[in-house]
Amino acid sequence: MKYLRLEPKRPRIGVFDFTSCEGCELQLANHEETLVPFLKAIEVVNFREVSSYKGEDYDIALIEGCISRDDEVGRIEKIRAQAKVLVAIGSCACFGGVNRLKNAYNLDEANKEVYGDKPKSTAKVRAIKEVVKVDLEIPGCPINKLEVERIVQCLAFEVPFNFPVYPVCVECKQRFTTCMMEKGQLCLGSIAQAGCNAPCPAGGLGCWGCRGPAPDHNFEEFMTLAKQRGFSEKEISERLGFFGGFEGRR
Amino acid sequence: MKLDLNVNVHHLTRVEGHGNIRVKVEGGEVKHASWDVVETPRYFEVMLKGKHYTTAGILTARICGICSIGHCLASIRASEDAMGVKIPDAAVKLRLLAKHGETLASHALHLFFLAAPDFVGLTSAIPLIDANPAVVGIAANLKGLGNRLCDAVAGRTTHPVSLQVGGVAQLPDREVLRKIAADLLASVPQLTATVELFKTFAIPDFKRETEFVALKGVDSYPWIGGDLASTDGVVKPEREYLAMTNEWVDDNNTTKWAKLSRESLAVGSLARVNVNYNLLRPEAKEIAKIFGLAPVNHNPYMNNVAQLVETVHVVYEIVDMIKEIVEWSDDVPVMAKVTPKAGRGVGAVEVPRGILYHCYEYDKDGRVVRADCIIPTTQNNLNIHHDMGALAKHFAKEGMTDDKLELLCSMLVRAYDPCISCSVH
Ligand code: SF4
Ligand code: SF4
Ligand code: SF4
Repeated sequence: MKYLRLEPKRPRIGVFDFTSCEGCELQLANHEETLVPFLKAIEVVNFREVSSYKGEDYDIALIEGCISRDDEVGRIEKIRAQAKVLVAIGSCACFGGVNRLKNAYNLDEANKEVYGDKPKSTAKVRAIKEVVKVDLEIPGCPINKLEVERIVQCLAFEVPFNFPVYPVCVECKQRFTTCMMEKGQLCLGSIAQAGCNAPCPAGGLGCWGCRGPAPDHNFEEFMTLAKQRGFSEKEISERLGFFGGFEGRR
Repeated sequence: MKLDLNVNVHHLTRVEGHGNIRVKVEGGEVKHASWDVVETPRYFEVMLKGKHYTTAGILTARICGICSIGHCLASIRASEDAMGVKIPDAAVKLRLLAKHGETLASHALHLFFLAAPDFVGLTSAIPLIDANPAVVGIAANLKGLGNRLCDAVAGRTTHPVSLQVGGVAQLPDREVLRKIAADLLASVPQLTATVELFKTFAIPDFKRETEFVALKGVDSYPWIGGDLASTDGVVKPEREYLAMTNEWVDDNNTTKWAKLSRESLAVGSLARVNVNYNLLRPEAKEIAKIFGLAPVNHNPYMNNVAQLVETVHVVYEIVDMIKEIVEWSDDVPVMAKVTPKAGRGVGAVEVPRGILYHCYEYDKDGRVVRADCIIPTTQNNLNIHHDMGALAKHFAKEGMTDDKLELLCSMLVRAYDPCISCSVH
């Protein structure tokens, strides 16, 4: 399979899950039109959710999920030692994801609430980069398979991949979606990183910023506008804190 | 008999989440048999506290990547029950359509990619891409159709956006639906081929009597809301779900355990078929007959067959529903007005892996005071655990080896199509 007279490398990939909903892994098996070529373009050596074969000779590790228990630290360190490239996939891995909401509560009380007098081992939620070095982060809850395909193509041809610097609004406008802010809903599209193709506004829901902040965005302008439109500090702050991507910005 | 067997599976593969199997047979006698869930807990019930009713469904969808639509539906149903919201009839239908899309995608994923490799002696479906491209094509097509339907109705397959408290945010593009229905009808020969394929699979001969729990249909096979029923004759209204689950915390597991009239209970496709067999569509019943699936069937491996039967059921039902929906006028109401108020509400939904309950208590501003989510796999875990012992006993005979027993145990767990990270949430 040559492309531009170049023979692509078949990257040897391992997929590993930590604390998560496994929805990002599932995306890898989605987009059925290109599933077969996608699986042929890569070599899956370790992917517990879909294969019993457990190879340890992967070059690229795709990491889903966050770190929320002590035993996960040793596991991620071992994977880091093996992988040439470690990629965090999904908002859980990149920012902690919704799991991070747990950090607002006292862990003992949380345990009591759920498990009564038989508490289970748990720790404060951390993103992967807070524990080991991460080479590339693909945000999204869930990740966008089309974007993952583009990234894998780049990896296979060893060319750099660049995320869009503009916010979700740009992609939303390209789809001719009626603006959610005009409809009276709060939307983080003007500050969130594009690359998802704005599925939420198109489906009738303002953006929740699952991909974190866009490199090019005007936070103050957004805050002024949102408050002008009558959204409370509490509502805006809850939205910004939901997936963990805007940590420190609320 | 001097038969010694040892099975020790750490983090079973081809299932969602993390669980371990251990079986020890000494001198032909089962000394230990266990299924333990070691998944990291996420404490969703705690995270839900204080959340606004518009946020609960978005948050709880993230309990599970495979059945996020089911979680979202149970969540918004519980919220609507608490606030006394009656959603428009069109929204009821659209939600069911999204639900069917998820069932189709999820059953196809499980049957072809997670369960089937065991029956043909492979470690995964990936080698099939070269060895049997036709089967992979069928799997990708059926799963893809389910996903397309979810995208069209719910805005996205994993973590839906259009399913909101009050109804659905918008009418789906009817042209897209029409195309999906046409493609589904064109896939009927693929369903037949799938049935032929499954006929060649040797379903292990094993049974352990248990109590099956599912929604109880009235005039159609049930998916969203209604009474709860068990094959031992227990019937309760939706709001009394706690009487069907009786959860407790075990020392060795991060999942909770559940039971009803017996030592454990089972939910899922087999439970639904066992409780509602008569409400299956004729096309689906025909498939059940081919495989000898009739109520009450106590072979857990038959859950695979029950999923196949349900796949056929939903395919025909989707086609019929779309026929009706494309005739709707563009201004049919799909969203009801919601006024937050204090109260408690329950939503029970049949997700691919069995009955799911969400229950919320709201304050007058529409913020969650207390939340409870009871996941299908949570209800199944103890049943799997007890099956493991009975299975070891049943198969610990001359000629059994560690490898063969490990495969049987792994296939048993996979037959339940467990959603382990869900079960811990
Ligand atoms: S980022 Fe979202 S979809 Fe991905 S694993 Fe986390 S919760 Fe699931
Ligand atoms: S709906 Fe959101 S993303 Fe779309 S244009 Fe409006 S603010 Fe931007
Ligand atoms: S629109 Fe916003 S919330 Fe939706 S996928 Fe894109 S970044 Fe995430």
